[in-house]
Amino acid sequence: MPSKLLWVVGAILLTLLLVGCGKDLPQNTFNPAGPTAQSEKDVLIVPLIIAGIVFVGVEGGILFLALKFRHRKGKERMPSQLHGNTRLELGWTVAPAVLLAVVMVPAISLIWKLAQRPPDAMQVTVQGYQWWWGFQYTDADMAVDYGDHGPITTADVMVIPAGRTIDLSLRSEGGGAHSTDGTPDHQVIHSFWAPRLFGKQDVVPGAAGEGNHIVFSAWEPGIYWGQCAEFCGLEHAMMKFRIVALNPTDWANWVQARKQPSSTPAPGSDAEKGMQIFFGTGQEGQGMGQCIACHSIGGTSAVSTAAPNLSDFGNPSHPCFAGCDFDTFVPGPDGQLQPNYAALQAWLEDPNAVKLGAKMPDYNLSQQQIQYLMAYLYSLS
Amino acid sequence: MATITLTPQKGILRRPMATTGFWSWFTTVDHKKIGIMYGLSSFLFFVLGGCEALLIRSQLAKPSNTLLNADQYNQIFTMHGVTMIFLFVMPMSAAFFNYLIPLMIGARDVAFPRLNALSFWVFLLGALFLNSSWFLGGAPDGGWFAYAPNSTTDPGNGLTFYALGLLITGIASTVGAINLAVTVINMRAPGMSLFRMPPFVWMGLVVQFLLAFSLPIITVALFQLLFDRRWDTAFFDPTRGGEPLLWQHMFWLFGHPEVYILILPAFGIFSEILPVFARKPLFGYQFVVFSGIAIGFIGFGVWAHHMFAAGLGPVANTAFGISTAIIAVPTGVKIFNWMGTLYGGDLHLDSPMLFALGGIAMFVIGGLSGVTHSIVPSDYQQTDTYYIVAHFHYVLFGGAIFAIFGAAYYWWPKVFGRMLPEKWGKVQFWILLIGFNLTFAPMHILGLGGMIRREYTYPAALGLTVWNQVSSVGAFTIALSVLLFIIMVIRTQLKPAGLENEDPWDARTLEWTTSCPPPVYNFEEIPTVHSLDEFWHRKYAEDESGRLVRVPAGGSGEDHHSDGHPIHLPSPSFWPLVVSFGFPMLGYGVLYYAWWLVAAGALVIVVGLTGWALEPSVAE
Amino acid sequence: MSDIHAPIEYTSTGLRSTKLAMWLFLASECLLFGGLITAYVLYRGQSTTGPYPQDVFDIGYTSVSSFVLLASSLTMVLSHNAALARDYARMRLWLLATAMLGMCFVGGQVFEFTSFFREGLTLHTNLFGSTFFVLTGFHGVHVTVGILMLLILIAFSFRGSLSDDPAFPVEMVGLYWHFVDIVWIVIFTVVYLIPAPPPHGAV
Repeated sequence: MPSKLLWVVGAILLTLLLVGCGKDLPQNTFNPAGPTAQSEKDVLIVPLIIAGIVFVGVEGGILFLALKFRHRKGKERMPSQLHGNTRLELGWTVAPAVLLAVVMVPAISLIWKLAQRPPDAMQVTVQGYQWWWGFQYTDADMAVDYGDHGPITTADVMVIPAGRTIDLSLRSEGGGAHSTDGTPDHQVIHSFWAPRLFGKQDVVPGAAGEGNHIVFSAWEPGIYWGQCAEFCGLEHAMMKFRIVALNPTDWANWVQARKQPSSTPAPGSDAEKGMQIFFGTGQEGQGMGQCIACHSIGGTSAVSTAAPNLSDFGNPSHPCFAGCDFDTFVPGPDGQLQPNYAALQAWLEDPNAVKLGAKMPDYNLSQQQIQYLMAYLYSLS
Repeated sequence: MATITLTPQKGILRRPMATTGFWSWFTTVDHKKIGIMYGLSSFLFFVLGGCEALLIRSQLAKPSNTLLNADQYNQIFTMHGVTMIFLFVMPMSAAFFNYLIPLMIGARDVAFPRLNALSFWVFLLGALFLNSSWFLGGAPDGGWFAYAPNSTTDPGNGLTFYALGLLITGIASTVGAINLAVTVINMRAPGMSLFRMPPFVWMGLVVQFLLAFSLPIITVALFQLLFDRRWDTAFFDPTRGGEPLLWQHMFWLFGHPEVYILILPAFGIFSEILPVFARKPLFGYQFVVFSGIAIGFIGFGVWAHHMFAAGLGPVANTAFGISTAIIAVPTGVKIFNWMGTLYGGDLHLDSPMLFALGGIAMFVIGGLSGVTHSIVPSDYQQTDTYYIVAHFHYVLFGGAIFAIFGAAYYWWPKVFGRMLPEKWGKVQFWILLIGFNLTFAPMHILGLGGMIRREYTYPAALGLTVWNQVSSVGAFTIALSVLLFIIMVIRTQLKPAGLENEDPWDARTLEWTTSCPPPVYNFEEIPTVHSLDEFWHRKYAEDESGRLVRVPAGGSGEDHHSDGHPIHLPSPSFWPLVVSFGFPMLGYGVLYYAWWLVAAGALVIVVGLTGWALEPSVAE
Repeated sequence: MSDIHAPIEYTSTGLRSTKLAMWLFLASECLLFGGLITAYVLYRGQSTTGPYPQDVFDIGYTSVSSFVLLASSLTMVLSHNAALARDYARMRLWLLATAMLGMCFVGGQVFEFTSFFREGLTLHTNLFGSTFFVLTGFHGVHVTVGILMLLILIAFSFRGSLSDDPAFPVEMVGLYWHFVDIVWIVIFTVVYLIPAPPPHGAV
């Protein structure tokens, strides 16, 4: 009877594990897509197997003892009053200690290996805000061709070349944005985590956080999910991001496009009216938006870093917005990606209704203004 | 029959006399009554924390759910943690320690009965203070760990309530810890040497020392948090050179010993229940005791394993990875000794034993997943995910709460003179075991599948909806089990008291030498102790052939020569209640910048303590 | 102090429970001050703006007030000796002297704080202000509590409530008082005497 029970328990556990290893989960730590996550998974396998053996041994042991020595009705029996056994005690003190020492060796060597920063890695600075991520490509060959020749900057989505080793510097920022009720964007602790690519590392404001790095690469082109893993306030859950790994051609094109200033909409188009609203240069009552106060768009006079950089908003390689609270592109009836106007409209109507406490205030935009703004934003690519 | 003397007093400082009736509960200094009050109030907080858990699981039962918004969810998960840790498991342990330690060491009361009452009232008022935040602008919403600078910059009063509330309950715990430690060290009956103490008392002693030495650290951190929030100090403000990691170090330097504060009482309970129901002594008593002490010491040296991803550098991560692995060793020693206790026993699988065995089995799972956290690089993946949530619920629910239920079934006849229904107890156990595993086993998969903690919702595309639903079903199964327990308790308490057998489990320790419930003075005659498992040895002795046989009643057991001399007991006092009201007054005063209220609170405390000191003792 | 009036009863260690509790309490207090002092030491020289310690400290002044506090430990001992000798008049006198010296110290601290305020150092000016005021303020509150206990003790001694064994409560308050003094020696050394590193960012 006990052995049968063990089989049942084992079968259930195996099923659980198999399901747990499902290949279709976007944040599955057991389905690594790069060497960092792979090593972090591999180092766990031996301890997991040992833990499994101990689990079966101890749980089976408890079950076995409980059944074998259970009191049977009507059979009075006084067990021998055994007080202990020193040799056994020493055994079960030393044996686990040795076992633990053995499993710790590869773990410790991996700690040191993961802490190394290869000098030829591509440098990206990750900036945590409440509640979205900004990315700056700080290598010299990643500067834009206009203005002050600053680094290429993105928000919510980090685009990388597949196969290339990337070294992330993690910074916590507090922008100048504030929510409708005036709560500012505070500098707090975040944690940067893309489960299929790398384990998390905290993003700590102040001097202690300056050394925090993640070194990783993605084997294949693809879209990888990530999110903030350290509770960072109201919308911690909505502080997600995507890592988009591109093949060499797409990467070169993307970099080239990002170095150019954003295109200016055609005169007289809805997008142009939207641009006037964005920059607050339109007619009275029509184009007095304040977007420029916080957002920036490459190659224009909008340069504030308080809120996500919108230069890439209309590009399908930039699939989400507002801490990936909503997708900016959704598959249409034909299966082709098309702009997600409904989500953007809801956001512009009242950011707080979409994402409580969002640091973008409600500007009471009219439906007309919203239509124009959406046309402008989706023209940016 | 011994008589109790309560000398009537005159004047304003007259001590209250009543030892029965409703109002006597407010002035009692009897460790048993205080223990019952601790137990009842912490159980109510358990129900409250459980309701919070049900709301959490309801919200997560489907993706992108809108049952709760981010703000409500953050308050609820924060208060679920704070309530379960500070307002349930800690005071519930205090309940058992209070009730049982004096009885187990052969004392009439704790060393400082009035301080004991003070601890309880300060705890209760602090807990109510903390929960009053729900109605005063919102509960704490920064997580039970309240990481700065989110906790220092978070708008609203919630985290100020957190800092003040935990400072108040911290006072209660510190006073209680000193009181109980002194009780164990100083109040043992003649012959009750340290190594004749029941393991539960030993674990109690270790816990009191852990409390006394870890609470001051969190006290400092909470004051700094409070000052940052209230008076704009710069302790954790990175823009002024402050160091957010300082909070984490201080919090976990308290927080990890705290984990053992929560679990060591459970270890003590397992070590009491197992020998009784196996009808043989605890295997390797000294090793169980020493491993408990070792856990207490090493527990102060593993705090940074909560911070592996914080960027402490490879040296610190290596050191704390190793110390974390080391602490598994004494824990393993305990488990093997419990198995040794089972070996060859005559196991009576009554409800207390079922809960103990189930608790150990569940704790082992939590212990094993704990060892995987010491594999630091894979902890970079696991930390702050549901894998961690699964781990500590297996440890704290599987360990502590199963133990608490087991202890309730075991000592219920002692405390109330009534047995909880045995059959329904077993039913409750199986429902709890199934519900518990349904709730928390899937969380391993959720975590490894990439679901983070503390997120109020998740997208369907995460692919983890099914396991979240299983977990939510499990949570309601647990609720069903607790509901069954409550019904059982109410039905049992409505019956008249009275046991056929005042030693229903054939127990081994001194508390069972008294009547059920014990008289107010506990022992007519302070017992003299000759061995570990004193009561067992009074009942059983070896015959000529070395077989253990029952000693006939009135045989070689302790002879009771009651000469009818009076037993002096401390009289009830209302000063502890008066003093305790000063603390929430201080709290609300600081919260609302009402300096008159702060002054009034301080005055209440000073006047109360003066009255306390002037109060005539019964001995005069 | 709950068993202050109780006759000495049998205890397992032979020590009176109150004394044991006091020692445990003081051990716990060590960690409290340990935490506060650690915070001060960690943040030494990390302030991003002035005033810095060297701008506001008057070592001579604080040395005198430190000496006053240390002297109070002596009077505390004298009071305990008098209590042991059952010379209650002298006991009260020395208790009063201890309380007065303590009040001098606290008064000095209040004066020091106000002068710092005037020089622009407040709780929220910089890290130095935060750590300094919270650490020394906590100590000041401890001294104040000690003074209160001393005064209550004197009042009780007139009322005759200490009749069984007056030396014992005096000894207990004395333990606390000496502890607070010793903590001050550490604080004085760490905060005032050990020279502060140059301000953050300065060469």
